[in-house]
Amino acid sequence: MNELSILGRRLPKVNSWAHLTGQAKYADDIMLPRMLYGRLLHSTQAHARIKKLDVSRALAYPGVVAIVTGADMPEKMGIMPSTQDETALAVDKVRYVGEPIAAVAALDEDTAFEALSLITVDYEPLEAILSIEEALAREDVKIHDDSTRGNVFKEVHLSFGDLEAGFAKADHTRDDWFFFEGNTHAPIESHSCVANGEANGNVTLWTCTQVPHYLHRELEKVLGVPRARIRVIATPNGGAFGGKSDPFAHEFAACLLALRTKRPVKFTLDREEVFYAHRGRHPVKMRLRTGVTKDGEITAVHFQSWLDGGAYASYGIATTYYTGALLTVTYRVPAYKFDGVRVYTNKPPCGPKRGHGTTQPRFAFEAQLDKIATDLGLDPLAYRLRILQPPNSRTVNDLRITTMGLGECLERAGRATDFSARHRQLPPGKGIGIAGSAYISGAGLPIYWNEMPHSGATVKIDRGGGVTVYCGTAEIGQGSDNMLASITAETLGVLPEDVHVVSGDTSLAPVDLGSYSSRVTFMAGNATKDAAMKLREQLGTVAAEQLGVPVEQIRSAYRRFYDHEHPDAFMSFTDVAVAAEARFGTLSAAGWYKPPTGIGGTFKGAGVGPSPAYSYQACVAEVTVDRETGVLTVDRIVTAHDCGRALNPANVEGQIEGSAYMGYGEIIGEEQVFRGGLHKKPSLLDYKIPTSLDTPKLEAIIVETIDAEGPYGAKESGEGPLNPVIPAIANAVYDAIGVRFDETPITPDKILDALAKKKDRVGPTGLDGGRDPKAALRRLTASTDARERKRDA
Amino acid sequence: MTKELLQLRVNGESHTVAAEPHHTLLEVLREELQLTGTKHGCELGECGACTVLVDGVPVLSCLTLPAQLDDRAEVTTVEGLARAGEGAPGSDATMLHPLQTAFAEEGAAQCGYCTPGMLMAAKALLDTNPRPSRDEIAHAISGNLCRCTGYTAIYEAIEKAAQAR
Repeated sequence: MNELSILGRRLPKVNSWAHLTGQAKYADDIMLPRMLYGRLLHSTQAHARIKKLDVSRALAYPGVVAIVTGADMPEKMGIMPSTQDETALAVDKVRYVGEPIAAVAALDEDTAFEALSLITVDYEPLEAILSIEEALAREDVKIHDDSTRGNVFKEVHLSFGDLEAGFAKADHTRDDWFFFEGNTHAPIESHSCVANGEANGNVTLWTCTQVPHYLHRELEKVLGVPRARIRVIATPNGGAFGGKSDPFAHEFAACLLALRTKRPVKFTLDREEVFYAHRGRHPVKMRLRTGVTKDGEITAVHFQSWLDGGAYASYGIATTYYTGALLTVTYRVPAYKFDGVRVYTNKPPCGPKRGHGTTQPRFAFEAQLDKIATDLGLDPLAYRLRILQPPNSRTVNDLRITTMGLGECLERAGRATDFSARHRQLPPGKGIGIAGSAYISGAGLPIYWNEMPHSGATVKIDRGGGVTVYCGTAEIGQGSDNMLASITAETLGVLPEDVHVVSGDTSLAPVDLGSYSSRVTFMAGNATKDAAMKLREQLGTVAAEQLGVPVEQIRSAYRRFYDHEHPDAFMSFTDVAVAAEARFGTLSAAGWYKPPTGIGGTFKGAGVGPSPAYSYQACVAEVTVDRETGVLTVDRIVTAHDCGRALNPANVEGQIEGSAYMGYGEIIGEEQVFRGGLHKKPSLLDYKIPTSLDTPKLEAIIVETIDAEGPYGAKESGEGPLNPVIPAIANAVYDAIGVRFDETPITPDKILDALAKKKDRVGPTGLDGGRDPKAALRRLTASTDARERKRDA
Repeated sequence: MTKELLQLRVNGESHTVAAEPHHTLLEVLREELQLTGTKHGCELGECGACTVLVDGVPVLSCLTLPAQLDDRAEVTTVEGLARAGEGAPGSDATMLHPLQTAFAEEGAAQCGYCTPGMLMAAKALLDTNPRPSRDEIAHAISGNLCRCTGYTAIYEAIEKAAQAR
């Protein structure tokens, strides 16, 4: 193989220049002739039957061109084929405040907005279910009629190894409850799309989606239009983080309105709508029991999770499994039981946010390991190093582990912060904490059952030496376009700027399943490399012939093919390409990637958790707690991340730092919380994402393990580095003030309350079974009454 | 609603635009002048994505009505940044503003959506304070939310651009 000429270097991303000059075309930047503007009408009720929906006055309003409602698209849909419980627009019933009911297309946006107020909706209010406990207890109120127990969406029970024997062997058992509050992605770009209804009955949808292929499938199902007549183009996403990976109401509405009017129709959500669209981090209650020997070796783990799913399924079946699946890949666990329950509530649906379902249990597990280390008098860093799951091994739940850099991550993060010398030694109010974690490099299975590749790519070479790579990936800011260009360039021996990237277009590019589960570098990278290698072989053959040297001696880099032993003997890439096209015909090749079989178990539920490779990371956080104000200041976050190989170190560091930032926001105060069914903070002023002044010093350490199956050795880096940050900060807070925060976020009022009451712990003590089940209704009624009194006053 | 004519100088070019009087500078730039480089994240003055310069001062274009601007006011958007750079004319690369080059080299634009506003805030800073400290940079961009980077690469890029000028 060539020495690497492109990969491993800090090169600017190929799409940087468009971003930096204002030329990048995000969905809302698309303006087409005769374009109509769409707006959605949203439910004002958390739970209600729609008795009457009358759009006639709105339709008659001057400037309104068309309106669609749920009745126009009654087909059930949803991202996971096995749990499709949504419709594009509400049919007969609404299940959360903000649920889209109707869509108006008008000549301009102001008119569309005004027309919404002319739509009449008569609701028959139903009692709203707003908490996990109510959802479990209330058999009499069903959000979805087909729930068999209360409002349970999904219940899973998995058991591995001999749990009872494990706990019997334990010298010490901890039994802790935790709560992880829900929070949301808050990308700076709100969701936006433009659909164009073409004269021949086709429709093209430009949309900021992470999953153009899955959306393509759902559009076919809901619109009743064959996929061959639908083209989905994923525009550059202005941030996504999981929040743009479901099919959304506005996407269906735009397509149907465009098909009916034969005109382009644009929808762009406003910020409040984005908060209600949500699909973010599930609130999760957790109980974690862990048995250890006196030197800390884990003998058994029993993990239970209760997920507040909101009103619809979204990815919830996967989220539920993910809360239990990856606890085993970091440290040796010989016996493991996992029980998970996800319930429906009358709130915006939860879904995947960076770290999907693994962030909450990782918080619990790493916080509990810190307690175990304290109980046993162990240094939490040295302790973790002693119980690591080995590389090239199998976990108790049958996950295949290959490269495993957690030990090096822990050591390097510890060294960078002098952790062991400072832990428990800092002055009062100052603290330092550590945590480890892991994540998947793509899921082992697609979300719909099939035996086809997970990612496909086509590479072609033109006669002037230009190269084009086509791949269905969605560029969401993670750098996937640059990854495609860099791997193509490296494999062929050109420069990234020589490679034109066509991504996220269902008509032009082979299928890639999308930008979720940190799968793109691993899977699309391998597909692209596979395609480019096929061309590289043709080019290498021709170059060897023309230079008169054995093909094994041929190398390619910097737009040249040359004799490795006599680099002065070379041909330009363009000359080689021309000779190769003359010899082999048109230079185009397809490549693909599918994860190997046998990387997970065969039991029911084994589909979630297996990955062709796991990334590993460790975080050390340093904090200061002000005992007078309760303010928690995070002074420094150091994250070490095993990414296999850093294909572009600047971009990997960007992912590590961005993950640390997002994790920091989640523990310091971000919360997606509701009063009655209403979002308490549906704006960027109220839902505080950290500003530059809030954000701590972030340091990234890259650890390389060169994964044998990853493209040029790479694994993921987009999500994993978020996971250890949250428990590391919680553990640092304990080091600072001696209070265990077994719930997120850690806010000044909670800190002051704990200090005033001399609590040593803040967090749940169990499922809140004693709560009055009517409380939610009373809260909702009271807040509505208060609002109306205020309005009338 | 009736559109009214207004005069705007944007990136050194004069425009006569017909726009609804209640439409913001952001809407007029994007929809009437097709200068879609300026972004919107909230249209409530919360995120800073729509930051443009008016006579060199960063303003939130989503909270500004064109009627509020002085007749001779000069609006600079991200599309005018390269032209406003100090590079030698005639060479594409050097026409870019040092901030643009530094943002690319440091990976300071991930999704790129906050980037136009961030660049304008950074330009206003460097134009008045050519050698800002890290604290001064953090203050200058504190009204510009970035959800991707954690700001570290943005600090490094602004510092690099300051050194390049």
